[in-house]
Amino acid sequence: MERLLQDGQVLANETITPVVKRMVIHVPDIARQVTPGQFVMVRPPEGKNFLRRPFSVSDTDSAAGDIILIYRIIGRGTAEMADMRPGDIMSVEGPLGHGFAIPEGRALLVGGGVGIAPLIYLARSCPVKPFVLIGGKNESEVFWTRFLEPYAEKVFVTTDDGSVGKKGFTIDLMPEVLATEKVTAVSTCGPGIMMRGVAQLAREHGIPCEVSMESRMGCGIGVCLGCTFEGQVSHHRRKVCADGPVFPAEEVFG
Amino acid sequence: MSSERLAVEIAGIKMNTPVMGASGTFGFGMEYQDFLDLHEVGAVCSKGITPQPRAGNPGVRIAETPSAMLNSIGLENPGLEVFKRDILPQAAQLPTAFIVNISAGTVEEYGEMAAALDVDGVDGLEVNISCPNVKEGGIVFGTDPKAAAAVTASVKKHTHKPVIVKLSPNVTSIATMAQAVEAAGADCISLINTIMGMAIDIRRRRPLLGNITGGMSGPAVKPIALRMVWQVAQAVQIPIIGLGGITSAEDAIEFLLAGASGVQVGAQNFQDPGVIAKITQGLDEYLAQNGLQHVSELVGALEV
Ligand SMILES: Cc1cc2nc3c(=O)[nH]c(=O)nc-3n(C[C@H](O)[C@H](O)[C@H](O)COP(=O)(O)OP(=O)(O)OC[C@H]3O[C@@H](n4cnc5c(N)ncnc54)[C@H](O)[C@@H]3O)c2cc1C
Ligand SMILES: Cc1cc2nc3c(=O)[nH]c(=O)nc-3n(C[C@H](O)[C@H](O)[C@H](O)COP(=O)(O)O)c2cc1C
Repeated sequence: MERLLQDGQVLANETITPVVKRMVIHVPDIARQVTPGQFVMVRPPEGKNFLRRPFSVSDTDSAAGDIILIYRIIGRGTAEMADMRPGDIMSVEGPLGHGFAIPEGRALLVGGGVGIAPLIYLARSCPVKPFVLIGGKNESEVFWTRFLEPYAEKVFVTTDDGSVGKKGFTIDLMPEVLATEKVTAVSTCGPGIMMRGVAQLAREHGIPCEVSMESRMGCGIGVCLGCTFEGQVSHHRRKVCADGPVFPAEEVFG
Repeated sequence: MSSERLAVEIAGIKMNTPVMGASGTFGFGMEYQDFLDLHEVGAVCSKGITPQPRAGNPGVRIAETPSAMLNSIGLENPGLEVFKRDILPQAAQLPTAFIVNISAGTVEEYGEMAAALDVDGVDGLEVNISCPNVKEGGIVFGTDPKAAAAVTASVKKHTHKPVIVKLSPNVTSIATMAQAVEAAGADCISLINTIMGMAIDIRRRRPLLGNITGGMSGPAVKPIALRMVWQVAQAVQIPIIGLGGITSAEDAIEFLLAGASGVQVGAQNFQDPGVIAKITQGLDEYLAQNGLQHVSELVGALEV
C-alpha cells in the first residue's frame, strides 16, 4: 500500500439527515487501495482550517475510482465540508492506518453513531454476510440500515428512545444476538463506552474482537503523536493513526 | 534530486537543500517517504529524544486555532536507548542528513545524551531548551541565559557533532539568549520553538487541551519567528536556522533574507506531507528566475 496525496473531484455531497451528509470523492488511486477500517485525511485545498480532518472510508466504488465518506457536522471542518458542491475539489490523503481483519466466518459488526460508517465497507467485504447491530438516539439515526442491508444477513437496531428497533443500547441487545446466532468474530466502531461493553461481551463469549478507535489527530501518519495511548497488551505507546485505528480489543481495554 | 544551487553546509552539516523537517513534525523521516523524495529534504530533525522513555501529557493534545495549531504532546518518545537501538540505524540509511533533537532534565543529562549520541548516523545535535510542554527541563533552560549557556557548554564538551541550540520565543530578549549560547560554544542556532498558547471550549467551559496550555505553531506565528530570526542575525556570528509558520518557498525566502542560512518546516507538513519538496523546488526556481548562482546569496540579503 502506498499512501497518496490526491486532489479529487467531489461527485456528490448528499444530505442524509440535517446533521449527516454523504460525500462521494473521485480519487481512483486511493479508492483502489483502501481496505475496510482505513481512513483518509481531507481538506479542501483553499480551506479555512489549518489541519486536515480524519474520516473513515465508509465504502468505495473501486471500479469507478470513488470513495464515500459519511460524516456528521459537528464543527468548523465538517461545516466547511457540508458546503461543498459536486465539482468542487477535495484534497485527500490516504489510505491511512490499519483497518479491520476481514472475518472468515460469520461476523457480528457493532456500531454506534458515525462509527457505523466504516462498517458498511467492512460488511460488503465479508465473505459470509455478517450480522450487524447498530444503535442511535432515535429514528433519525437509523438511516444506516439502508446502506447496510444489502451486505448484511440481518441488521439489528436499537434506539435510546425506542422509536425504532429495540429500546436501549447496542450492548443491551448484543447478548440476545450472541445467544441465537453463531458468530466467530466481532468488529466494532463507535463511542468508547459502547466499544468497551462490546469487547467485554465478546470476551465472555470467547469471540475475538477488534475495535476501531477515534482520537484527535494532527498528522494522520504517526509523526505528531497527538493520538497515542498505552497499549494494554503490548505495553508500548500505540498511535491510533498509524498503528490503528483498528486494534485487538485487549490492546485497548485490557 | 535538487540542484547544485541549493547544496549547503550549515555548521558543518552537508545538505542537498537548506529546507529541513522540524522536530516533532517530521517523525524520523521514513514516515514521509511515500509523499516526497527525501533527497529534496536537507535534513530530518528527529522527534525530541530524552534519556528515559516518556508517555507525554494526558488528555487532548492537539487543537486548532486560526491559521495555527496548539500541541501539548509533552515530549512523548521511546527514550535514548530504544531510539539508538531501533530507530537510528534505519534513519541513518535515509538519503538526507539526520539531526537528533535532544531534551533532558538537568545540565548533566544533556551532556550524557550528547556523549551517547556521538556515534555514526548522527549528523548533528539540536538541543531543545525550549519545550513549553514539560515541567522539568525544557523551557526552564530556554528562558534563562545562564542555564542555556550551561546546557550548551555541557553538550559541546561531550560531542564531536555540530551543536545546534534551539531557542524558545517565550523570552523578553531573544538576542540575549542567542548571544549566551553562542558564547558557550553553540555552532548554530535554530529558532523558534512553539509559542505558549491556550484555547477554550466555551460550551464546556474547559480548555481545549488536556494540559491547559500548549505550544502554538503554524502560519500565524511566522511574523514573530521572522522578527526573532532577524534580531538574532544582528546579534550573533554563527549560522541560524529559521522556522515558525513556513508553508511556501516565499516564506522560506523571507527567513533567508532575514539572515537564516537554512529553514525548517513544522506544522505545515501535517497539511501537506509533500510540502518540503515543493519548497525546495520553489526555491530553486526562484534562484533561477533571479539569476542567482547559489542560495547563500540570499542569506541576510535584506535591505533596510
Ligand atoms: C480514524 C477516524 C475516523 C473518523 N471517521 C469519521 C466518520 O466516518 N464520520 C464522521 O462523521 N466522523 C469521523 N471521525 C471524526 C471526525 O474526524 C471529526 O468529527 C472531525 O474531525 C471534526 O472536525 P470539525 O472541524 O467539524 O470539528 P471541530 O471544530 O474540530 O470540533 C468540534 C467538536 O467536536 C469534537 N471533536 C473534534 N474532533 C473529534 C474527534 N476526532 N473525535 C471526537 N470528537 C471530536 C471537539 O471536541 C469539539 O467539541 C473520525 C475520526 C477519526 C480519528
Ligand atoms: C506536534 C508538534 C510536536 C513538536 N515536538 C517538538 C520536539 O519534540 N522538539 C522540538 O524541539 N520542537 C518540537 N516542536 C516544535 C517544532 O519543531 C517547531 O519549532 C514549531 O512547530 C514551529 O514551527 P512551525 O510553525 O513550522 O510548526 C513540535 C511542534 C509540533 C507542532
